[in-house]
Amino acid sequence: MNFDFSEDQKMLKEQVSKFLSDNCSLDVVRDILETDKTYSEEVWRGLVDLGLTGTAIPEEYGGLGLGALELCVVAEELGRAAAPVPFSSSVYLGTEAIVKYGTDSQKEKWLPKLAVGELISTFALPETNSEPTENNIKTTFSNGKINGRKIPVADGSCADIAIVVVKNIDNDRIALAIVDLSSENVKRNQISTLDPSRDHAEIIFENSEAELMDVSDEGWGAIENILNSAAVLMAFEQIGGAEASLNMAKDYALDRYAFGRQIGSYQAIKHKLADMYVKIELARSNSYYGAMMLNDGGADLKIAAAASRVAATDAYNFAAQESIQTHGGIGFTWEADTQFFYRRSQVLGLALGSSITWKNKLVNQLEEKNIS
Amino acid sequence: MDFNDTKEEADFREEVKTWLKENASKGEKVGGRYDAIDVQEDALSRARDWQAKKAEAGYAAITWPKEFGGLGGTAIQSVIYSQEEAKYNVPTGFFEIGLGMCIPTMMAWATKEQNERFVKPALYGEEVWCQLFSEPSAGSDVAGVRTKAEKDGDDWIINGQKVWTSGAHFSDFGIIVVRTDPTVAKHKGLSFFFLDMKSEGIEIKPIRQLSGGANFNEVFFTDVRVPDSQRLGDVGQGWKVALTTLMNERLAIGVPKSADYSSLTRAAKEVDLNDQPAIKNDLVRSKIADWYIQAEGLKYTKMRTLTALSKGETPGPESSIGKIVSAPKMQDLASFAMDLQGAAGIINDSEIALLHSIFQSQWLSAAGYRIAGGTDEILRNIVAERVLGLPQDVRVDKAVPFNELPSGR
Repeated sequence: MNFDFSEDQKMLKEQVSKFLSDNCSLDVVRDILETDKTYSEEVWRGLVDLGLTGTAIPEEYGGLGLGALELCVVAEELGRAAAPVPFSSSVYLGTEAIVKYGTDSQKEKWLPKLAVGELISTFALPETNSEPTENNIKTTFSNGKINGRKIPVADGSCADIAIVVVKNIDNDRIALAIVDLSSENVKRNQISTLDPSRDHAEIIFENSEAELMDVSDEGWGAIENILNSAAVLMAFEQIGGAEASLNMAKDYALDRYAFGRQIGSYQAIKHKLADMYVKIELARSNSYYGAMMLNDGGADLKIAAAASRVAATDAYNFAAQESIQTHGGIGFTWEADTQFFYRRSQVLGLALGSSITWKNKLVNQLEEKNIS
Repeated sequence: MDFNDTKEEADFREEVKTWLKENASKGEKVGGRYDAIDVQEDALSRARDWQAKKAEAGYAAITWPKEFGGLGGTAIQSVIYSQEEAKYNVPTGFFEIGLGMCIPTMMAWATKEQNERFVKPALYGEEVWCQLFSEPSAGSDVAGVRTKAEKDGDDWIINGQKVWTSGAHFSDFGIIVVRTDPTVAKHKGLSFFFLDMKSEGIEIKPIRQLSGGANFNEVFFTDVRVPDSQRLGDVGQGWKVALTTLMNERLAIGVPKSADYSSLTRAAKEVDLNDQPAIKNDLVRSKIADWYIQAEGLKYTKMRTLTALSKGETPGPESSIGKIVSAPKMQDLASFAMDLQGAAGIINDSEIALLHSIFQSQWLSAAGYRIAGGTDEILRNIVAERVLGLPQDVRVDKAVPFNELPSGR
């Protein structure tokens, strides 16, 4: 029985944790939230210098050639710090998409630059207020050009390239296309979201140059595949954020006195924090299995990814909101740091699709496996 | 990451498998501490036979030192044995409390001679033990026991009542915590004894539960005489001894296998909601997913615990979440499954009801599992205090003599 990360992976986690606590305090998050900056270039540069953007890129393309488990521990620490960087967009999604579905020439062209952080990538999927499906994608690809509108695109203003989910007019199937976002005929507008410490944009493509990737006959299945991998990594980021929220609430409950004693001695508060802990541990255990399936390419990845995501979203949303509740009035102020996690919990919880959608995917898998 | 045995674990598993194949029966399951008021003697006698066989082979107490008849093995070996034994229908339910809680307390506090006298017969299933802690006025606050013991020469005379005592009706011996000094603060006036359950003055009455079963007893003590030599720990040190037992309780008490997301999925395929199978309904799917992540979350939490044991480390605090999650899940899931059946959800005739009324039975008994072995509320206090380091609640009874504390009816 060895259901745990290795000593090397734990050392990597320590290293990332130390870097972030030295260089990515919540003041850094506040700076991005309160200014026009789209991300913290210093923190991003530091992560690049640690080689983390190339963690799972094969060595032949300039990466470290490590597996999914290393990315999981990095993700957890980024979540704990609420790091204001485009890591999830560029690494879990954009880079992973190219590793999985790029042609050889696309890999040669883009991966070395992504590995050293010279470029930032993102993944452009949603288009409307409805959850994206195989049937409602309206952005089209034809003759090397794409047309359509993607909103919201995480890190869409700061990214250099986007992996765009399109409908290929030639065969009427879902496909992926790489677009250089600095090219002509790409319009980008930064949009206001719940979490200004992470950049989001609307991107409009009008006959923009694009290159098809190689999803062969997978179609929408390729999108699901990318989302499943990202869901496991995102779950670790969510768990990190949830633990940070719990710790913040715990510290406050020990510090704050009311009616002559620490508020942490009241069962109403103790039980709330115990519930946070329980949800976090359930999420962590589900996500360990998700990590194992992702790393091994196991048959259970689909259901494990859905379970990781549903559990982690539940844990983070609950921990972030109840952390504010534990803080009382001070937790609702602009000055307090609780807001960063409250905002980020929703942004991460919706980024890859809602809980409703992921719960449906989970039960689809149960039905497919005929569990009953 | 993997779920594989190490070389040593695999070897031990093979050894256990071989032994079980030769010795265990795959026949009908018998016995069970929660199964009957009047234990059928043949069930107990079959359980004794099996226990003796296990003890002879060293598998009855794998982690105990060899001097006490154990194997001197590791926690992970104990888990491996349990996993393999669970594949057979061997008799269970008679010796868990004795070997899980009572005898470990004896081993920590009794004299060498006493342990020589009692450990082996318990291990071989010749003598059954029970634990006499809870009382009508002392449940979650178990240190508030009122059953008293008064010194009479070299003996103590016990008077009072214990309750929720599993297995008292088929036990030979018991461990008991009693009040020996009501004039000092609650925790300070307790002492701890072991006693012969066949002593004169002990009366045992089963308690009928709302679920219809009778898994526990009331035990009444009227002038029961216990020699001072059967005291464990000093007079007034009873709470410290009791903590030894309670530390072992979480290992001995769990929640049984119950109808889970898979049964709910099956039910949702069989019943219709708005003229289509309920499984098509998004609310139903959402609920199934919620309980799936709870069940799987606990399953993989256990894997994390086993990993720590496998490495010879102490498991992390995550192992404390089990019953907080599983007991309410039993109740809520059953309630939801009944809701799916509409008016028919109330029928608990197993011949008529959906899936032989598993949800109805589970709903009735789940109300008890949320209380037994630590209520939902007490378990949350434990997580908050021991895992998160939050302060204890204010104890108004801390510095007050026990006999001056206010009490209800």
